[in-house]
Amino acid sequence: MLLKKLYSFTAAVLVGLTLVAPASAAEKVTLLNVSYDPTRELYQAFNKSFADYWYKKTGTAVEVNQSHGGSGKQGRAVIDGLQADVVTLALAYDIDAIAQKTNLLPKNWQTRLSNNSTPYTSTIVFLVRKGNPKGIKDWNDLIKPGVVVITPNPKTSGGARWNYLAAWGYALKHGNNDEAKAKEFLSALFKNVPVLDTGARGSTTTFVERKIGDVLLAWENEAYLVVNQLGKGEYEIVTPSLSILAEPPVALVDRNVDRHGTRQVAQAYLEYLYTEEGQEIAAQNYYRPRLESVAKKHEAQFAKLEFITIDGDFGGWQKAQQKHFADKGTFDEIYQVNQ
Amino acid sequence: MSVRTEPRSIRILIITVAVAFFALFLVLPLVCVFQNAFSKGLTFYVKTLQHPDALAAMRMTVITALVAVPLNLVFGVAASWLIAKFDFKGKDILLSLIDLPLSVSPVISGLVFILLFGAQGLLGEWLGDRNIQIVFAPPGIILATIFVTFPMVARELIPVMKAQGNEEEEAALTLGASGWRTFWLVTIPNIRWGILYGIILCNARAMGEFGAVSVVSGHIRGLTNTLPLHVEILYNEYQFAAAFAAASVLALLAIVTLVAKTAVEGMMRREH
Repeated sequence: MLLKKLYSFTAAVLVGLTLVAPASAAEKVTLLNVSYDPTRELYQAFNKSFADYWYKKTGTAVEVNQSHGGSGKQGRAVIDGLQADVVTLALAYDIDAIAQKTNLLPKNWQTRLSNNSTPYTSTIVFLVRKGNPKGIKDWNDLIKPGVVVITPNPKTSGGARWNYLAAWGYALKHGNNDEAKAKEFLSALFKNVPVLDTGARGSTTTFVERKIGDVLLAWENEAYLVVNQLGKGEYEIVTPSLSILAEPPVALVDRNVDRHGTRQVAQAYLEYLYTEEGQEIAAQNYYRPRLESVAKKHEAQFAKLEFITIDGDFGGWQKAQQKHFADKGTFDEIYQVNQ
Repeated sequence: MSVRTEPRSIRILIITVAVAFFALFLVLPLVCVFQNAFSKGLTFYVKTLQHPDALAAMRMTVITALVAVPLNLVFGVAASWLIAKFDFKGKDILLSLIDLPLSVSPVISGLVFILLFGAQGLLGEWLGDRNIQIVFAPPGIILATIFVTFPMVARELIPVMKAQGNEEEEAALTLGASGWRTFWLVTIPNIRWGILYGIILCNARAMGEFGAVSVVSGHIRGLTNTLPLHVEILYNEYQFAAAFAAASVLALLAIVTLVAKTAVEGMMRREH
């Protein structure tokens, strides 16, 4: 009797192991989109729209699976073998890392789709509590004593790196391009940061659920999500005079799509992001669309402000990463001094 | 017969502290989970748990436990039999090896499998060439769970078997029973409650494990999420009531485990 049980256990193990084998070709195609934290709502809507579009066009059903997490962490998982067909991460540096450490996609991946492979953009804004009790209007209000600022850790979070660089750009502009002064500015800012979460979602939860802080440095789309859906009437968005044009890029993971036989549908998926329908969904989820016609339609939704860019003002992500966020970069300098 | 020498005031103080501690750290969190889970009503609660992603997470959790628990049962019985009934060189090393998964952080337990089976890992290329996916897929989750729950059965059985001694087995062997027969008819029946106890604990840990599984899961919803990971995802999506609804299933599992554990303990006591 017990032997019989042993056999059934073994059978169960074998059943478990057969899950390893890729499912046999069904009528349905599946894609895996490995993305960063705040795009959950965007891709939920977009995947549905794309599935309809693809079914009408080819008669094949397509199911897009999603994986979300901090951008750097997600890039690392793809390097370690997470079978992403497409990656849609917070910044180009994290996809560069995949291209450098593996041969999953070519190093010139960013030139393969238009607009530097970024179908939508965003920026960094401030989220404050109702009535803006601390009177926060611009970056220089963040370094005032007694203002509590919430931002995630630039070492692990893509959004946090955009936050940091936007503040740096503001400090340079208002400090005669003096880097020492910019460092002082950032140092004063991070003195006001009591907790560094690992990702943008963690920081939002700290600010909204745990009610810590006077101002949250947030992705514009994340800030809108909070204002419109989480706490209606409890928060306000403050747009600073200057911020950074955040360009979250997308890329096809060549080796994985060839292995899965999904190149055609994965390519169409990324291209659909640039169509009117795709852009409309991006805009509805508070990402700034690239397409002129859609941008015009949603003009009122997005405040006008002065932008600095990663390529124009920082010489690209490789340089920015090296200078600010690598070991002994400016972030380490100011943060260690503060400790 | 008990001898109580402490003054009454001290006794009251100690009991109050114990009860307050118990309420604060065990009862209140549990109440909190269920209160939040039902904060949007029963319909919402049921709907949340019937969501395809929630069902997929539960399925993944059950499959993981169905593979991990029987395997660890076999490993655990074999290891504890060896350790309790025989003397050999390296016994202490084997004992500490069995305890290893309990002494390292679950995150490390998960990372080990990435370093072994990940695309950049030791076996990564070999597996990749053959299209075998271990980490960021169900096998990785199952492996990590087996690793983490490895000691649960053995640790329960070793003391039970040691207490039993070798006399009954020796008697059986003297009377002419084969070693195999002795094992099934004498050893196993003597430890059956210990086995059940080990299974219950092993199962609870297998279904509730977060850290190690989180590292190897890849967080693909509907495919590689277990129930604890599903709770985290919902929480991060600001669906707090839904997150607590999923958490309440785990809390229920804990309560069932607790009751089953107490029942088995009662059985064990009655037999001795």
